[in-house]
Amino acid sequence: MGAVRVQAEDFDAAAEGRALAAGRPDVGALASFVGLCRDEGGRLAALEIEHYPGMAEAEIARVVAEAEARWPLIGVTVIHRHGRLTPGDQIVYVGVAAGHRGEAFAAAEMLMDYLKTRAPFWKRATRVDGSVEGWVEAKEGDDAQAKRWGGG
Amino acid sequence: MKAVYFAWVRERIGKNEEEIAPPPEVATVADLVAWLTKRGENYAYAFDKPQVIRAAIDRAHVAHSAPIAGAREIAFFPPMTGG
Repeated sequence: MGAVRVQAEDFDAAAEGRALAAGRPDVGALASFVGLCRDEGGRLAALEIEHYPGMAEAEIARVVAEAEARWPLIGVTVIHRHGRLTPGDQIVYVGVAAGHRGEAFAAAEMLMDYLKTRAPFWKRATRVDGSVEGWVEAKEGDDAQAKRWGGG
Repeated sequence: MKAVYFAWVRERIGKNEEEIAPPPEVATVADLVAWLTKRGENYAYAFDKPQVIRAAIDRAHVAHSAPIAGAREIAFFPPMTGG
């Protein structure tokens, strides 16, 4: 049921949300999240996002299936971009359509927490002065966030 | 089997992927990490902190204790930083 896309191209979050609710009058809540490339206080010029083709899609689909098993969801769309992104660019979209807001908010948050720790993507930062800052390190806080949901 | 590497594991080894043929006593992911580490300084550098390295077999996450028998593709990479 969930749609998963891993792509270099940008996305239109409003259009994705409309598509989730289209033709589904049982949708009472649409929660969406967009993650953006931050400039880190003016220091960051770009992020290069590497991914594991094939596994990225498969792992996100497994995470979506876990959310669908946990809450009564009507539709889920996850989009994750790869390649070179600059501050202000959209990186990730999570949209959840459900009957009520509780499951829509909760599922969107769980999906993002799991995406951060399980989806095979890696960010490398380039500074404004042109030098390579290096691979972004995983945050322990992200693991703790994901563990809140149990399993995973 | 095919070994594939990502992010700084790929950079340190200096390869995106390669065909490997470990001997039969290399039974688990941890055994394979130890076997690869002995292949050269670049591998030793990539796996110098084996506890931080994540692994996947046929595109699904596995623990270092997982058996590698029957694996077609095994991937090694650092903790993920997507989202």
